[in-house]
Amino acid sequence: MILPWLILIPFIGGLLCWQGERFGNTLPRWIALLTMGLLFGLGLWLWATADFALAPAPGAELAWAAEFKVQWIERLGISIHLGLDGLSVLMIALTGLLGVLSVLCSWNEIQNRVGFFHLNLMWILGGVVGVFLAIDLFLFFFFWEMMLVPMYFLIALWGHSGSKGHSRINAATKFFIFTQASGLIMLVAILALVLINYNATGMLTFNYEDLLKTDLPAGTEYVLMLGFFAAFAVKFPVVPVHSWLPDAHAQAPTAGSVDLAGILLKTAAYGLMRFAIPLFPNASAEFAPIAMWLGVFAIAYGAFLSFAQTDIKRLVAYSSVSHMGFVLIAIYSGSQIALQGAVVQMMAHGLSAAALFILCGQLYERLHTRDMREMGGIWARLPWLPAVSLFFAAAALGLPGTGNFVGEFLILIGSFPAAPWVVVLAACGLVLGSVYSLAMIHRAYFGPAKSDAPLQALKARELYMVLGLAVLLILLGVYPQPVLDTSAASMHGVQQWFSGALTQLASVR
Amino acid sequence: MELTTQHFIALLPLLVTCTTIVVVMLAIAWKRNHAMAFVLSVLGLNLALLSVIPAVGVTPIQVTPLLLIDKFACYYMALVLAATLACTTLIHAYLGGESGKQGYPGNREELYLLILLSAAGGLVLVSAQHLAGLFIGLELLSVPTFGMIAYAFFNKRSLEAGIKYMVLSAAGSAFLLFGMALLYAESGSLSFAGIGAKLAADGLPSLIAQVGMGMMLIGLAFKLSLVPFHLWTPDVYEGAPAPVAAFLATASKVAVFAVLLRLYQLSPVTTGGWLNDLLTVLAIASILFGNLLALLQSNLKRLLGYSSIAHFGYLLIALIASKGLAEEAIGVYLATYLLTSLGAFGVITLMSTPYSGRDADALYEYRGLFWRRPYLTAVLTVMMLSLAGIPLTAGFIGKFYVIAAGVESQQWLLLGALVLGSAVGVYYYLRVMVTMFLAEPNLKRHDAPFNWGQRAGGIMLLVVALLAFFLGVYPQPLLELVQQAALVAVAP
Repeated sequence: MILPWLILIPFIGGLLCWQGERFGNTLPRWIALLTMGLLFGLGLWLWATADFALAPAPGAELAWAAEFKVQWIERLGISIHLGLDGLSVLMIALTGLLGVLSVLCSWNEIQNRVGFFHLNLMWILGGVVGVFLAIDLFLFFFFWEMMLVPMYFLIALWGHSGSKGHSRINAATKFFIFTQASGLIMLVAILALVLINYNATGMLTFNYEDLLKTDLPAGTEYVLMLGFFAAFAVKFPVVPVHSWLPDAHAQAPTAGSVDLAGILLKTAAYGLMRFAIPLFPNASAEFAPIAMWLGVFAIAYGAFLSFAQTDIKRLVAYSSVSHMGFVLIAIYSGSQIALQGAVVQMMAHGLSAAALFILCGQLYERLHTRDMREMGGIWARLPWLPAVSLFFAAAALGLPGTGNFVGEFLILIGSFPAAPWVVVLAACGLVLGSVYSLAMIHRAYFGPAKSDAPLQALKARELYMVLGLAVLLILLGVYPQPVLDTSAASMHGVQQWFSGALTQLASVR
Repeated sequence: MELTTQHFIALLPLLVTCTTIVVVMLAIAWKRNHAMAFVLSVLGLNLALLSVIPAVGVTPIQVTPLLLIDKFACYYMALVLAATLACTTLIHAYLGGESGKQGYPGNREELYLLILLSAAGGLVLVSAQHLAGLFIGLELLSVPTFGMIAYAFFNKRSLEAGIKYMVLSAAGSAFLLFGMALLYAESGSLSFAGIGAKLAADGLPSLIAQVGMGMMLIGLAFKLSLVPFHLWTPDVYEGAPAPVAAFLATASKVAVFAVLLRLYQLSPVTTGGWLNDLLTVLAIASILFGNLLALLQSNLKRLLGYSSIAHFGYLLIALIASKGLAEEAIGVYLATYLLTSLGAFGVITLMSTPYSGRDADALYEYRGLFWRRPYLTAVLTVMMLSLAGIPLTAGFIGKFYVIAAGVESQQWLLLGALVLGSAVGVYYYLRVMVTMFLAEPNLKRHDAPFNWGQRAGGIMLLVVALLAFFLGVYPQPLLELVQQAALVAVAP
């Protein structure tokens, strides 16, 4: 019974925030903080108590650590069907944590329409939790599309007006159109899958478990897989369709960037692991080389463009493209070690990218610019912030001792047997990662100062937010075992689906 | 043919509407009173709507060779009547209060008469199973709308729109009649099922029959404003008073589409011919041109006009699919489209209320509306999201159904156009939406009255918005209803 509450809590909390605005600007913030705290607490409690040896795997009845099902639209065989396994609980805990942080980091930044802002923030997170829990394809699509609207508002109404030709409304609209159009392609694929299943069995259903048993002809399977991949690739983002990401990040308010980089990108990786591979294992195995090379390309391309940016938020945004490339390689490598590495990498990137965006936001509140050409010499003018930034830049380049290192290491070592050349090139991408990370630190914090005026020191709230993230990132780096244990069964299931198809493919060739 | 009580019960919605027309006319002749005309019309429409329920009980029944009252007809009758009812409340708000000091300067009462007449035409149209019934219904639906569009005749735009619509509508009717004549010449029958049976007996339909059907399609395409027969739409929507535009976009189009569906299903001249290709071209052109031209508009009524062109392009996908889910998809889509358009035009109407020369239809007039009328903004936001087909709104369910129908009959090309069109469409719907939330400029020409929510029009609007939201979250009741409302073919 707790699963629907995980989704409802943010939605209800959002409505309360909206109405709470009548009593001043502080009340909505506290309601939002409480809501997110509750979500985070529930996520942790589930993580601590549920049994994550239960996870979907091919062959048998699907097992879930927790499940919830009620009829919704009987005419079409649609039900509100939620399921929790190790992968989803990790993502939900991450969502809760970043939710708390995004409320905290907007405490001073957002000063107008506070209630409506938090309504949107809460609804994004509610939609994301829905995506992580839904195991009915209609419900999944429902949440997938629904989280776009509040995100659109967040960017369009509270975003920063950018430089020439980069207005926040354009950025928000671009984000919306990219994701909406690709989502419709996925909807067509979902419906095709459902109708093929209906023609074969005479049962109209959108249930994940039933659709897994659909027998698909090879060509059809490939096309449907591409339909799903299109939607996930845009959110991921895979390089040819990534262009909305830097714009959206650059114009979004800090909380928007934190959610976008920290969680929304992860919904795409989650979708590939939960739906695209298990539903279409054979086509995915056939497609794997292409996907992996796309990943390598994203790593290099993201890193190069990141280095070329002058806007610090765009720099971090392109670095996300680069980091998610590793996750893409891991998902299509079909090795359990790599898949588990991908989960760690998702968590670590969620934490480190969120921290970097929060730091960018703090810098912006003090300097009122994101242009690194206007910065320089901040190390002398401001205590703490540059040092913390240096830590997270080091984490982003994969320094041992941080979660990012564990993730990237596991991904590379796991994928090597499957695709040695891909891994060799991806590993070279790590070098590029250190180039842009250090370049960012150098340009922003060192060098000659533009002004000598001391900047306002970090407040306790701002400092503890980023320090807390740093502690978590180190914890994940030195003791990733709890995360690995939790995701083991789920990733084992994905790996079985995939490797079964791989061996079949090999025998055909 | 002998008429029994059963036949009268089946005809009840139409009879009640016609009685209302006579009563309203007599009331106006007796004493001009805006409130009385309004109350009588609303009362009559409500009774007509209620009388659909007993009519369902006796379906399917053939009343004269012209009309067939089945559940399909009842469902669309209910839609037409509900839309007319909503438009009537909007008209009341739009024309203005009792005092006569503010609001519409001319005679107000006749507009109710015209809209009731038009609704009666819609009722005939959705139950027509005979080409004569179709033509009578269509003309009864269209002719009063000429008057309604040009009702603000002292406004140049309104008059121009009325004349434009009249000329083009007459051209459309000419096409329609010519097509009918050709079909009759070929098949020797005027009833839908009769034509279908005759042509099916011949095997592949002859060229004359196909041309006849094609000309009828063109005639109906005029009314549905499908590209390339759409040229009148934006001008007429812009010129017509806002509640009349709402009626044109909803009741009128829904009725025409219903009869098109019945014609298409019962007399399948199109099988194996080039007519399906023609329809495909019309659909793709409507989706793409409708959406692309809407991008350029800065006038909300014109924008909605183009968007309705695109929406009927989406509907054609289901019509072309024409099997399996298609009929249901059309029923669901039309219901959601009706709700959404009523909501959108309703907001425009309330913004232009009471009448003051020109409607508030320029997009800049909606800038910062959120800070002045938050709930009205919420209504329009829901409507825009629904038109764009975003989850949590009724429009999503409609679009979902149309895509399902398209996938089922494997119309990949049309689905591609739909995805492309929706992506373009999102842009202008979002533009309208975000405009309302932007910072407020200093000019304020038009605004809805403060107490808009307490008037009939406002209450109707809130109900529509709640319904659009409710059906987006829990569409099951609507789906069941539509599933019941299947077409019935009666032997000729």
